Amino acid sequence: MELLVFLIFAFLAVAAALVVVAHKNPVYSTMALVFTLFSVAVLFILLGAPFIGVLQVLIYTGAIVVLFLFVIMLLNIGREDSQIAGHKAQLFFALLGAVSFGSLVILALSSLRPKVLAPLTPELVSLKALASTLFNEFLLPFEIIGLLLTVAVIGATVAARRPTAEESAATAAERSIETKEARP
Amino acid sequence: MNVDVVVTVAKIAVVLGLLLQVAPIMVWVERRGSAMMQDRPGPNRLGPFGLFQALADAVKFLFKEDVTPAAADKPLYLMAPALALLPAFTTSVVIPWGPNFTWDGKEYAFTVSNADTGVLLFLALASLGVYSLVMAGYASNNKFSLLGSIRASAQLISYELAMTVAVLAVIIPVGSFHLTDVVAYQRTNTWNCLLQPFGFLVFCIAAFAETNRLPFDLPEAESELVAGFHTEYSAMRFAAFFQAEYTSMAALSALGCTLFLGGWSLPWLNYEGMGWLGVALGLGTLLAKVGVCMFVFVWVRWTFPRFRYDQLMRLGWKFLLPVALLNLIAVSAMTLAGWL
Amino acid sequence: MTSYLPILVFTLVAVLFLTAALLAARLLRHAGSASMNLEPYECGNEALTFAHDHRFSIRYYLIAVLFVIFDVETVFLFPWAVLFDQLALFGFIEMMVFLAILVVGYVYIWNRGALRWV
Repeated sequence: MELLVFLIFAFLAVAAALVVVAHKNPVYSTMALVFTLFSVAVLFILLGAPFIGVLQVLIYTGAIVVLFLFVIMLLNIGREDSQIAGHKAQLFFALLGAVSFGSLVILALSSLRPKVLAPLTPELVSLKALASTLFNEFLLPFEIIGLLLTVAVIGATVAARRPTAEESAATAAERSIETKEARP
Repeated sequence: MNVDVVVTVAKIAVVLGLLLQVAPIMVWVERRGSAMMQDRPGPNRLGPFGLFQALADAVKFLFKEDVTPAAADKPLYLMAPALALLPAFTTSVVIPWGPNFTWDGKEYAFTVSNADTGVLLFLALASLGVYSLVMAGYASNNKFSLLGSIRASAQLISYELAMTVAVLAVIIPVGSFHLTDVVAYQRTNTWNCLLQPFGFLVFCIAAFAETNRLPFDLPEAESELVAGFHTEYSAMRFAAFFQAEYTSMAALSALGCTLFLGGWSLPWLNYEGMGWLGVALGLGTLLAKVGVCMFVFVWVRWTFPRFRYDQLMRLGWKFLLPVALLNLIAVSAMTLAGWL
Repeated sequence: MTSYLPILVFTLVAVLFLTAALLAARLLRHAGSASMNLEPYECGNEALTFAHDHRFSIRYYLIAVLFVIFDVETVFLFPWAVLFDQLALFGFIEMMVFLAILVVGYVYIWNRGALRWV
């Protein structure tokens, strides 16, 4: 039973991930991403880490992908624009991405090698254990995350801000000058 | 066949059976209730008090033409109603419908899923509801639909925050995500709506916004957007949206009753000693409470006018979120002092 | 794991229910449709543009970003709420500091007018 559920959702995760990469329409890619992330959440639950699985659904599928959808709809919904970058540039960036990802994997593996990790037990991944580690051992990183989130809030506001009344008046004035000059 | 599986299947059957009844009953309640409040007869031809109206509506949905607009994105257009039904059905798995019961010498909780993540699971599954709205609006390729869906999704995510924080405030004194523990806590103390009135207020307002009901029905505001995100939908696919709306209203009401109104329990009554009768009474109590909540949904619809969109956003971000946070801080401080 | 299986069952039932209803409707209703019905509904006017030709206000994007950030904040509240009695005063102060940092950001966006819709 467990194997069957695993096989179904592992297949679904991989298939949906392929759709994310391959589909031309960004809205379809985003929807496929929802399926990938949901399937991965099911895999987390199968591994005995239900809290992480549920958070995966809550944060990734429930919040972050919604943001992706908004951005896609904001830009130009559903239109597969003619590719701005040529195929050579795409190939270059794909290779760059592959190389950096590969080196990251190698780095991670080599740094892990000397440590012998204790096998995860249900007690170790339970919510209460997670909470006590987070709020006792990792106190400073936790507060720093708060700072990071605040910076993100401020950054988003600055990036998406509307011009103030003075600024929009200034641009309007500029425009009127431009149009006046354009006329003979 | 082992007994655990039989019990789980029985629980699933009972809950699904209840969920499928919600929409037909609510069609009747909404139409007769609206009529009562507007001092007109309402549907009264089919059966006693027009009770068979829902049946007639279902038949009509089956025979109506099912239009898929030529410009629509067909796969997504088909997927949207299914995505609407999923969160509506799945969220109710964590609700405890009655006291624990024993079968074959083993004790079982009357929840379909006894997961540790409890109420968190409810919130996570409910947060998936936003996709059906976005998909319906995008796939229809209709301006009204698109405007409705983008409004709806922004509204849902804005009020989800306040709701999550209000739910968390309930969890703090209980110390567990299990909704059975929340009910047990309320049985030893008092109902949470008395202990945390502000949290209850925030939860109620957010519940109306999350289900797109008046006064927050801007996603389908008839006077500006025809029918909002489901403008293009007709026949059975429209019925699916309809059913999803009522089912998620019922699920959210059940969550609200469990968190704030004592769940299946009543004060001074002990259902647990009564065996199967107690289980039935517990289920009946919770259903009665959910019924009252559903009627309040209809009542509010004909009492308050619709908000403007800027008012909606102001209420969500500048009133509910700060109130929910202050409530959380107050509750945690009071729990620390040992008052809760 | 076993306690999560019912969710899959519910999902399957919901999908099957919809499929059955749609199939039944397909068998029962009359086929064919006037081509007028297939045009986008615009209150009887002929549609000059499609919905997909239009863009959205940036404010929706801002709302989504703010939602993601505050949602991540609530994620940290979940384990804290469950372990509240064990963390006691120390955990309370810790979370108040965390919330205070975030309230700074909240007050900033409020003052900046990011929450003002008109």
